[in-house]
Amino acid sequence: MVAEPGRFTPVKAAQKQSHPLRERVSAILPQLVLVPSLFATFVYVFVFCGWTVWISLSNSTLMPDYTMSGFHHYVELWSNRRWSIAYTNLFLFTSLYVVGTMVIGLTLAILIDQRVRAEALWRTIYLYPLAVSFVVTGTVWRWLLSPSTGIESVVRQLGWASFKFDWLVQREMAIYTVVITGIWQASGFVMALFLAGLRSVDPDLVKAAQIDGANMPRIYRRIILPAIGPIFIAVLVVLLQFAIKTFDLVIALTGGGPGIATTVPAIYVYDLMFQRGQMAQGAAAAIMILLALSLVLVPYTIWTNWRQRREAIRG
Amino acid sequence: VAEAAAYDPLGVAGTWRRYRAKLIVYALLSLFALYYLLPLGVVVLNSFRDLSDISHNGLIGLPHSFSLDYWSLAWNKFCVGGTCLGIEPFFFNSVSMVVPATLISTAIGSINGYVLSKWRFTGSEVLFGIMTLGVFMPGQMVLLPWARVLGWLGLTNSTSGLVLVHCVQGLSFTTLFFRNYYVNIPDDLIKAARIDGAGFWRIFRKIVLPLSPPILIVTVIWQFTNIWNEFLFAVIFSSGTHQPITAALIALSAGGTSVHQYNVESAAVLIAALPPLLVYFFGGRYFLRGLTQGAIK
Repeated sequence: MVAEPGRFTPVKAAQKQSHPLRERVSAILPQLVLVPSLFATFVYVFVFCGWTVWISLSNSTLMPDYTMSGFHHYVELWSNRRWSIAYTNLFLFTSLYVVGTMVIGLTLAILIDQRVRAEALWRTIYLYPLAVSFVVTGTVWRWLLSPSTGIESVVRQLGWASFKFDWLVQREMAIYTVVITGIWQASGFVMALFLAGLRSVDPDLVKAAQIDGANMPRIYRRIILPAIGPIFIAVLVVLLQFAIKTFDLVIALTGGGPGIATTVPAIYVYDLMFQRGQMAQGAAAAIMILLALSLVLVPYTIWTNWRQRREAIRG
Repeated sequence: VAEAAAYDPLGVAGTWRRYRAKLIVYALLSLFALYYLLPLGVVVLNSFRDLSDISHNGLIGLPHSFSLDYWSLAWNKFCVGGTCLGIEPFFFNSVSMVVPATLISTAIGSINGYVLSKWRFTGSEVLFGIMTLGVFMPGQMVLLPWARVLGWLGLTNSTSGLVLVHCVQGLSFTTLFFRNYYVNIPDDLIKAARIDGAGFWRIFRKIVLPLSPPILIVTVIWQFTNIWNEFLFAVIFSSGTHQPITAALIALSAGGTSVHQYNVESAAVLIAALPPLLVYFFGGRYFLRGLTQGAIK
């Protein structure tokens, strides 16, 4: 209700009349504010996801073509040799990367936990790789690992003429250079997570064990590490996510080569969608990546919820 | 230690053992430090060495020559994919992508977080759950739809297109960060303000925002470093002179058959890595907090 300009209306009355609309708006203002973001997220999570699923079931090649072909492209994907190289690489890379990163991360955390001097300095050194992009990391490590310019040539110049370290250009070994580089990038982060965990262990517990005469390795094995068990699982989940999504690091380090020796699923998707004009099969491969992530994240989410509920009950 | 002291009244063996243990700890720490610092050291040194020095003495080595020229060559003369303007235009592509994307996604995230923590309604928890799903979404699932949508909006191969992509993708993270932070603001504070007649925006401005600086810094740093370092969207949704610096760097260092100019490329790599590194060195504490929250939830 808007007061007509010509007619005299007491100010108070005008305000009273406009109140219902304003009140109604301000009552739903919080929901209203959320609408654009909800719309964007809904489109992003559901529509885009469904769209990609739809493309994977269609005949799309270079351009989208929405005539249906069923699971044809999934069958093709799983019979593709390159895809089998991609997921074999992913399994190999993931297992070594996860184990290597956790071992080095935990070692560093335990070392730093020994009341060392200049702790902040050590931590800064170990953690800085995380601020650097995978592209930069991969590029620099490619120079270091390339036999003609990097570590091999330096060791040879130092006098060990037959020294060989050419994994980067060996089909069989190139994937291990991705592992080395990946560990370099992520182990500092894992150290930080473990260190926070180690610091949260009740010091009285440790002191009691010391009085009982237990030595340090035993205290770690029996008391401290079991106490930070949940952190192991969280770190594992984080690293698995990183590993499954690995893309830029491989592109910058090996470009997927030599040949196709270091192809991983994320590169396969990119290649089929944007280089080879096989959209549908690329989409099918993208869905495999999503499934792999869900296999990691769904159990983890259920587990954390269960734990929270249990803690809530315990009070 | 207690045991050793019992057998050794003067404590000599105990001290010796403690020294040895310390020595091993520091030796191991230094060894690891070498592994982490080697790449950085090599690139920094190489960005000042001349090419004959590098090719004669190898990439890893102390400089026998020194010049600052390679930095200026890398900045605005080096050829990347056909254009010889150096890394400068790509650097500013990244800047003009990162700044709006970070600010917009952070602002929206903070309002979303405010609603989802302090103005809860039936179903708001479910909506929050849906919003966090975006965090887990692999980029590969959204590439084709985004390419289409950007085409419809006329934003193909443009910085605005990348800003949009990063805003939508970042929304889930920023909402999550702010919501989890605002949950810890006492509800009584909000209630008291409402009784005093303060409305939605006024409470946000006068109570919530003044309490927000820590989470604002964490979120801005997180978004900034992630978007600056992002590669997949950058390489797919932009090309040529519109590329952000990560995509240009790949084009540069993969540059054909020509002999690598390691000194100029090193300088270019450092320029690309510098903004997030500076953020890390000056905001390390907040950087780490963002990482742990972003990664683990």
